[in-house]
Amino acid sequence: MSLLEIRDLHATVNNQEILKGINLVVNTGEVHSIMGPNGSGKSTLAQVLARRETYEVTKGQVLFNGKDLLAMKPEEAACEGLFMAFQYPVEVPGISNPYFLRAALNAQRKYRGEDPLDAIDFLPLLKEKMRLLEMDERFQSRSVNEGFSGGEKKRNEIVQMAVLDPRLAILDETDSGLDIDALKIVAQGINAMRHADRAIVLVTHYQRLLDYIVPDHVHVLAGGRIVKSGGPELALELEREGYGWIEPALAGAR
Amino acid sequence: MSTVTEITGLGSYREAFNKLQQRTPPRQPEWLRSLQQEAFDLFFDTGFPTTRDEAWRFTNVTALSREQFCLPEAGGSRLRPEDLHPFMLPGAACRLVFVNGYFVAEFSDTRSLPSGVEAGSLAAEIDSNAAALEAHLGRYLNIRGDPFCSLNTAFLEDGAYVRLARNTVLEAPIHLLFVSAETDTPSMIHPRNLLIAERDSQANIVEEHVSLRNETFLSNSATELVVAENAVVAHLMIERENRKTFHLSTLRIQQERNANVSSHSILTGAALVRNNVHPVLAGEGGECLINGLFIGDDRQHMDNYMLVEHASPHCSSHQFYNGILSGSAHGVFHGRIIVHKNAQKTDAKQTNRNLLLSDDAQIDTKPQLEIYADDVKCTHGATIGQIDENALYYLRSRGIDESSARELLLFAFAGECLARIKSAPAREYAERIVHQSLPEGTPLFGRGRDVKRQWEEAG
Repeated sequence: MSLLEIRDLHATVNNQEILKGINLVVNTGEVHSIMGPNGSGKSTLAQVLARRETYEVTKGQVLFNGKDLLAMKPEEAACEGLFMAFQYPVEVPGISNPYFLRAALNAQRKYRGEDPLDAIDFLPLLKEKMRLLEMDERFQSRSVNEGFSGGEKKRNEIVQMAVLDPRLAILDETDSGLDIDALKIVAQGINAMRHADRAIVLVTHYQRLLDYIVPDHVHVLAGGRIVKSGGPELALELEREGYGWIEPALAGAR
Repeated sequence: MSTVTEITGLGSYREAFNKLQQRTPPRQPEWLRSLQQEAFDLFFDTGFPTTRDEAWRFTNVTALSREQFCLPEAGGSRLRPEDLHPFMLPGAACRLVFVNGYFVAEFSDTRSLPSGVEAGSLAAEIDSNAAALEAHLGRYLNIRGDPFCSLNTAFLEDGAYVRLARNTVLEAPIHLLFVSAETDTPSMIHPRNLLIAERDSQANIVEEHVSLRNETFLSNSATELVVAENAVVAHLMIERENRKTFHLSTLRIQQERNANVSSHSILTGAALVRNNVHPVLAGEGGECLINGLFIGDDRQHMDNYMLVEHASPHCSSHQFYNGILSGSAHGVFHGRIIVHKNAQKTDAKQTNRNLLLSDDAQIDTKPQLEIYADDVKCTHGATIGQIDENALYYLRSRGIDESSARELLLFAFAGECLARIKSAPAREYAERIVHQSLPEGTPLFGRGRDVKRQWEEAG
């Protein structure tokens, strides 16, 4: 069944149109990869879906689980089961990782009418997910992302995803800047999340991530539109030929 | 400008001082009597400070001279023990209660104090053992530099007297509770505390100022904290009086060699607060932490005046003050550090961070470094900002609603200060008060139990 349906989505930032009519359907159980050169609109698309208010949607519709995503606040989208792994996770000094994550999980549980988890029930769950991402236990006592390296922040995003157990996960350049060991760990964490009831959208600039996570569908985004869609072989083609060949395709689209 | 008003205003203090002298106990020693006279004369000569005075540039106290404050009578209040239930500090070693400045034995509890700890009324100590006080009482507080300190000394009658004998270690906090209550006219109280930690002793002292009802008070306290060689003392000031109170307090710390002192201030109440913290690092190797949190809203005015004096080599002082201001509140942080000529290898640090939650909230922050030694490390920094919108969005993107996310971020900001309070009972007590004072938002998991948990998890 379709979990995410994007229809003719247009969005601007500072009056400049970045997304120029995106159409995309993501079904449960699928992994999609959205690729494209810098400035193509990949991150904008991810941020619009995560309800970042700096972007203005000028046209189009997005259905998430049959509901109007664009009418939701960020916290509502999260409670409905959307998770965004940010390209640049924010540091939140003064709030410990476990406290933050338990607050988030309990907010979502409350939304679903479930009882909150207390610290005693929550900590084993967190520890299990941290082990999966090979994160040191000392991260537990630290403030959210504070003083983390780039790679640690990305891994922390995946820990959060694993704890919050979303229906749809959008990973915005989670692979950027990771060394090969960290990349493997992150990929392993993401692969462990593949599930028939869940969909994952990988927004990435590099094909390398797809050596470890094989997507069902690959889309090439350029100039604010999806210019080509295909299977995993499309990613290999991009790797071989770069994004140069897109320019003619883009010209054709104009 | 208003010379006439000022003289009229001070006239009522002359009257009150004369009245006080008539009721001064017969066993008041001569040295104390003359100290009080000297202090009053100094006050009467100078009057209240004005904003032309550098140390009072951001705080206007002219409202004080428009009000006539009377001295309350000792034992004049009709309080019941249950009135004090909201101010119980769980886990305290003892509790001394002062109503309108005077010690009330029946509300106090010192039964479980270990040997080596004396805690009681300063008035009683003056009456029974004044000679032993002469070495300390009034020796440290600067009655020439601050009119409120001279006023306090002039009207010195009662307050807390705490003495820890050599090698005495008391982990549980000593709770000093100052209650202003039930007076027919605006009243002034001048609690005076003398806290002495002898060599190698250790103590946690919580000094709390509260009001029970909504009367106008001039609450002008002064504390001399004497920390002898190698002693360790944490002092927590909690100020949460009613919004008609003028609160002025001075904590004067005298630190000997290798003494380690923490001064924590949690300020949430009163119409006007002037919080003076004045440590003098008088012996080598001393360490002083000066930590504070002020939370103001409406038209509250909160002035924090720090004067840190490095008088010996190899001492360190670290100041951290955080302010959270909303409404039309006005905060002041004035961080003065004096490094005397021989205080080489001084390490002095000062950080003041402020959150302004409304357009009309205001902060004045001013570092003032006076360094007369040449081999020292002194740093200072101040920030003023709003709630970090990126952090707010990040929390919301994980499912936390906006108002809870705001509250969480405010509590995190406040938590930086709370986390520096080492004594768990004192910290948890302060956390509860801070949580009740934060300006907005709905409770995330309910107040109380879970708040405590956060720090366990954070630890």
